[in-house]
Amino acid sequence: MTTPILKKAAFIGLGAVIGLGSIFAAKAQAEEQYLPSLVYRTGPFAPSGIGFADGFADYVTLINERDGGINGVKIRLEECETAYSNDRGVECYERLKDRGNGATVVAPLSTGITYAVIPRSRRDGIVVSTMGYGRADAAYGPVLDNVFMVPTTYWSSMTATLQYIADQEGGWENLQGKDIVHAYHDSAYGREPLGVLRHYAEEYGFTLHEMAISPPGVEQRSVWTQIRRIQPDWVSLYGWGVMNPTAIRTAASMGIDVSRMIGGIYAAQDDAVEPAGRSAVGYKAVTFHGPGADYPIYDDLKQYVYDRGLAAGDGDLSGTIAYNRGLINAGYIVEAWRQAQAEHGEGRPVTREETLWAWQQLTIPESRTEELGMGGLMPPVEVTCENHEGPGLVLIQQWNGESWEQVTDWLEPNRELVEGMYKASAERYAQEEGIEPRSCD
Amino acid sequence: MAFFIEVLVGGLLAGIMYSLVALGFVLIFKASGVFNFAQAAMVLFAAMFIAGMYGDWGVPFWIAIPATIVLMIGVAWGIERVVLRPLVNQEPIIMFMSTIGIFFALIGIAEIFWGSRSRTLDVGIPSDPIFVGDMLFQMYDLITAGIVAVLVVLLVIFSQKTRMGRVLRAVADDHQAAQSVGIKLNTVWVVVWSISGVVAVVAGIVWGGALGVQPVMVDVAFKALPVLLLGGLTSIPGAIIAGLIIGAGEALAEVYLGPIIGGGIDNWFAYIIAMAFMVWRPEGLFGEKIIERI
Repeated sequence: MTTPILKKAAFIGLGAVIGLGSIFAAKAQAEEQYLPSLVYRTGPFAPSGIGFADGFADYVTLINERDGGINGVKIRLEECETAYSNDRGVECYERLKDRGNGATVVAPLSTGITYAVIPRSRRDGIVVSTMGYGRADAAYGPVLDNVFMVPTTYWSSMTATLQYIADQEGGWENLQGKDIVHAYHDSAYGREPLGVLRHYAEEYGFTLHEMAISPPGVEQRSVWTQIRRIQPDWVSLYGWGVMNPTAIRTAASMGIDVSRMIGGIYAAQDDAVEPAGRSAVGYKAVTFHGPGADYPIYDDLKQYVYDRGLAAGDGDLSGTIAYNRGLINAGYIVEAWRQAQAEHGEGRPVTREETLWAWQQLTIPESRTEELGMGGLMPPVEVTCENHEGPGLVLIQQWNGESWEQVTDWLEPNRELVEGMYKASAERYAQEEGIEPRSCD
Repeated sequence: MAFFIEVLVGGLLAGIMYSLVALGFVLIFKASGVFNFAQAAMVLFAAMFIAGMYGDWGVPFWIAIPATIVLMIGVAWGIERVVLRPLVNQEPIIMFMSTIGIFFALIGIAEIFWGSRSRTLDVGIPSDPIFVGDMLFQMYDLITAGIVAVLVVLLVIFSQKTRMGRVLRAVADDHQAAQSVGIKLNTVWVVVWSISGVVAVVAGIVWGGALGVQPVMVDVAFKALPVLLLGGLTSIPGAIIAGLIIGAGEALAEVYLGPIIGGGIDNWFAYIIAMAFMVWRPEGLFGEKIIERI
């Protein structure tokens, strides 16, 4: 008889331990701020995705290790592998959104996944942070109140790129009669800036040559043979993945001056230039953050993350463009939570409503970016009800064969033009989707 | 006219690069009747090992390349033992499906070793432009064409002048008849997958040099498919000539037809060319006509 009693006691004891453990675990989870991270560390675009995922994770680790979290609230990051595939991205979103104390913000890391996630995020009240990708017209806040394009969009960055070209030519008036080629990934992404380019071509009298490159872009000789024949004054490159290094290499081999090629936001990463070797020396690209690792935050990363063996990767991606993008995306998210706590109560995880409130007025002045150790790395932002992008600052960088060098200060986009375009496009979208734009008065 | 010739020659040279990938498919199909879906993964696998050994371990190319060839022979042996041998006498579709598994396994193994980062693979093939009048050609392409020519000559000599070559041809001609005279099918498969592995090493070096070594390299298979449709699955000369036709055809279409219908057409136009030829010769330009008696 003793054996069954002992067994029962053992089971009760085990149950009590599991139960207590679960209670403590649940309490610990309830005190953490949950952050889903949709990553693509595998698949054809992994070279771009790994750096971002590492930077994103390392920033979160830094906040937890150095500061003990946000006012004591640790962040629990959970990665989900999308392989840059829309269906897997949606599956990740649905699987992670109610984990922990509930996701409050998500960065889909893909335009396709963003499009698929937006209706779901509106239903769930989750903030969507899309840095430079996704729906450019989401920058118009009254329509998609939970989607934020901080710190820039394709459209803003293209107006700033054209401003840079005009500056190099000695003024807008000197663009008259010039030939500018837009060589683009033949997809919605590549066609995004065409509206801006056509507007400027008409206004300033340059000839715009639109050259589609069929993805993935492993063979581009025929396209660049045509571009060589045009003898362009400038080339805008909107490639993705393998298309970028192939384009740069092919262009250089055709005698096109790559220092007069300016890549778009996603033709600005290290994987765009490194595989192209020496051909890429002098190539320029527009980006929305400082390049390299010469920022105070890297000292803290070394002390609290790398040296403690807590880095997400093996450390060789620090200072790359993708890594820096991961850092600043996590930086914006953490700052929004910090501001939400300041308003709604410190020392506890914030809710979806509180997070949305914080994003809708997210303000990070330059002085704050310096306090964060990211002065010059992270562009300052000021979000309003109407403007979900902020000032849209970008800069031009140039590849020297080893690293990217910043060649301009922050450039301001043509806000008057892009805001009109955002509004018109977002209102069309609202009409199609039956969304009633909110009032910002 | 000069522009037309420049586009045409550029297309022909691109086509040779496609042929290089197509050759691997042809070799295996010819000897075993298996359409090897994993061929492009073999190209990536080989390129990642060469670039990885060079970049991460500092192994010079003159060691890394032969080491990778040995590795590919090991892979061929492993595939024969683990995948093909248990599937002997199964339907061709079963064999084909198993190569899909090999495709993903090879990519996964390569990524475990070397990660998914893009890598540079520069074995020293010059990429300077060459001007002939106003026409511009690429040194890299011309050298690549030379490498492919040497490879094809070696394959032809192997096939025609060696005992193993005759064995391969016998198996390609009739599996059962070859077995009945004592030819071991398993050995033949190891040999043919090894040769295909060597072709993958060459393709990996050439394509890796052009694109950088990264997972998306497997997409070069989509450039080889129309070449196979056009040239037939069983002919080495067919793969070369079809590559030339596809390369030239898609380049000319992109330049002269693209502006009329919107550009970016080269990918799908290659399939249009292949299908147009298939209406005339369903087995491909050099494929064997299959006659089945009822």
